[in-house]
Amino acid sequence: MGHHESNYQPKWAIEKWLDERLPVIRMMSDQFIVFPTPRNLNYWWTLGMVLFFFLIIQIVTGIVLAMHYVADSGLAFDSVEHIMRDVNWGWLLRYMHANGGSFFFIAVYIHILRGLYYGSYKAPREILWLVGIVIYILMMAAAFMGYVLPWGQMSYWGATVITNLFSAIPWVGDSITQLLWGAYSVSQPTLNRFFALHYLVPMILAVFVIIHVWALHVVGSNNPEGLDVKTKEDTLPFHPYFTMKDLFVAISVLGIYAFFVFYMSNYMGHPDNYIRANPMVTPTHIVPEWYFLPFYAILRAVPDKLGGVIAMFGAIIVVAIIPWLDTHPIRSLRYRPIARIMFWLFVATALLLGFLGAKPASGWYITASRALMVFWFVYFLIILPILSRMERNNDKLPGSISEAVLGKSDDAAEAR
Amino acid sequence: MSIKSKLVALAAILTVSGSVGFATIAEAGGHDGAEHNAYHPARQSWTFGGIFGKFDRAQLRRGYQIYDEVCSACHSMKLMSYRNLMESGGPEFTKDEVKKMIADKAVPAEPNDEGATYADGERITRPALLTDRFVSPYENDKAAMAANGGALPPDLSVMAKARSLPHAGSGKEADNIFFATVAGIKEYAGWVFGVARDIVTQYQEGGPDYIYALMTSYEEEVPEGAKPIPEDKNFNHIFPGNAISMAPPLSDETVEYADGTKPTLDQHARDIATFLMWVAEPKLEERKRTGFMALVYLFILSMLMYMVKRAIWSGQKH
Repeated sequence: MGHHESNYQPKWAIEKWLDERLPVIRMMSDQFIVFPTPRNLNYWWTLGMVLFFFLIIQIVTGIVLAMHYVADSGLAFDSVEHIMRDVNWGWLLRYMHANGGSFFFIAVYIHILRGLYYGSYKAPREILWLVGIVIYILMMAAAFMGYVLPWGQMSYWGATVITNLFSAIPWVGDSITQLLWGAYSVSQPTLNRFFALHYLVPMILAVFVIIHVWALHVVGSNNPEGLDVKTKEDTLPFHPYFTMKDLFVAISVLGIYAFFVFYMSNYMGHPDNYIRANPMVTPTHIVPEWYFLPFYAILRAVPDKLGGVIAMFGAIIVVAIIPWLDTHPIRSLRYRPIARIMFWLFVATALLLGFLGAKPASGWYITASRALMVFWFVYFLIILPILSRMERNNDKLPGSISEAVLGKSDDAAEAR
Repeated sequence: MSIKSKLVALAAILTVSGSVGFATIAEAGGHDGAEHNAYHPARQSWTFGGIFGKFDRAQLRRGYQIYDEVCSACHSMKLMSYRNLMESGGPEFTKDEVKKMIADKAVPAEPNDEGATYADGERITRPALLTDRFVSPYENDKAAMAANGGALPPDLSVMAKARSLPHAGSGKEADNIFFATVAGIKEYAGWVFGVARDIVTQYQEGGPDYIYALMTSYEEEVPEGAKPIPEDKNFNHIFPGNAISMAPPLSDETVEYADGTKPTLDQHARDIATFLMWVAEPKLEERKRTGFMALVYLFILSMLMYMVKRAIWSGQKH
């Protein structure tokens, strides 16, 4: 990985011996100690470390929870309560895992928006971007199946609604849905396979995280100016500069996370999920977890089932192919005033869609969802390609990272 | 834009959205449009709310008394064991007290030496042990429904986490795009404001608030303007649809408290809501205590890391 020269010098005999056989210490040194990183990275570039922390938290708490959880439709709900009541620190494990899922998404959404704002998807980082999208989709799959496991009302009915979406696919839809269920409705086989997959998917995700880091280390980090690294002065070694900065942020975020784990434990969940799954009683409003709400709003905005499914998946696909929609030569929106305004309108659209996704599908909620859904697609498919041709190059664009850093007068300018 | 003008803009946005949000919440009160409009459920003050929240032992003991004397006639509490009543963070009865309390309780016995669980058509029972789950009033759901006019009295083990006060919302038909926009902005601002308020106040007590409201908002007669309800149902302001099968379970002096507290309906409602919260979250006190230490630890560590970061970066322009 990486195309900078390795300056690792084995000090001890055993290091030298190992280096000739498996240069793992050399790799760590090259990639995570001396790795040249743009010196002008701002705090939005610290989310990678935060995400790494949450991945570890989810895996560790998840493995221990799996030791106590029972994937049986008659016992699942009680086994979760057994964890809450009788397992030592079980309540902590479960609340860390449940809120960890939410914080994973909060961090990943900020991480994605950072990428969109500073044009981190543009050449040569297209693969890096696509791998990121794959990780995001795997996260959604893992989170969805995880939410089913407590086998509460929202688990059951959320699973029913989402798996039913696949039945909209022409010809093979019903077969796919039955394959997901392992039966003719969401039931015991569904729960059992979701548990197996909920354990598997994060492992695949972890592999893609390694690929993501690999791809990152081939091309190097983008930066707030969106400029390529040209000289050695443009960069600083990853350690200690960025390790310590990232750790500071990660620990601060853990503080906010702890506040939710300990004091708002169930705030991001739904009270209905403390009611046992009951196939005979449908909840008044079936609401997915908050991080799916924008897509749920889009799904319901289209009056046709297949159309809704296409729109929902399409909404993610347009994000995935943005490297080929936004081809403007300037990466960072700092130097693209019009695209910047459009970006914030897109952010507002996503937030409002999230709000609407939590509301019943009726009245003006639907009207608003439709209007915002249209803007979502217009932003990616029309506005970005047009701006790529029309928006002027900016003469304020600095010549290099060093120039941008050394040329400024005070910190106020940086916050611009 | 300079930092200063950005801050001014942010303050302006926060002020405007905050006032709109507050106005929306104040106006909506919490009803769902479909339910009877004159009633406004409120957030109550609980001893177990907030960062340093703790249960009031005496209140939990009174709550158990209400459950034991009133609720348990119809409602099961299958996730609770009698031993829980003496564990720390709960009512903290002594072992002897609990033993005395369960002396008259009989639980379905395990198969006897002949493998039988019934004798002369009667379920064989044995005295309850500390390790037994709370004895259920009915043998199964069908029996419970048969005894309650077809309605199933829900298990109360996690009830206090399975309910919350209803949220404000309109969802009215949009006559035109303008109305939709105005209503949307107003409601969205109200929602943002509500979330911010919940986080600042660590609002976790929607369940107990709902239970308190349910216990205290029965009406003998259907109020004027409300939709009529079926003959065999009771009118309750907060229950979705207003028609609830459960007859008013509590009123003044329903239970004569062992500790001599004045037995008002309000007191009963608060005590049972508190007890149900503990039942739903028996580790609440441990959680809040641990949480405070975790927050202090992470705060100090984060400050130290900030100083480390500052020191390392001090010589570098960035």
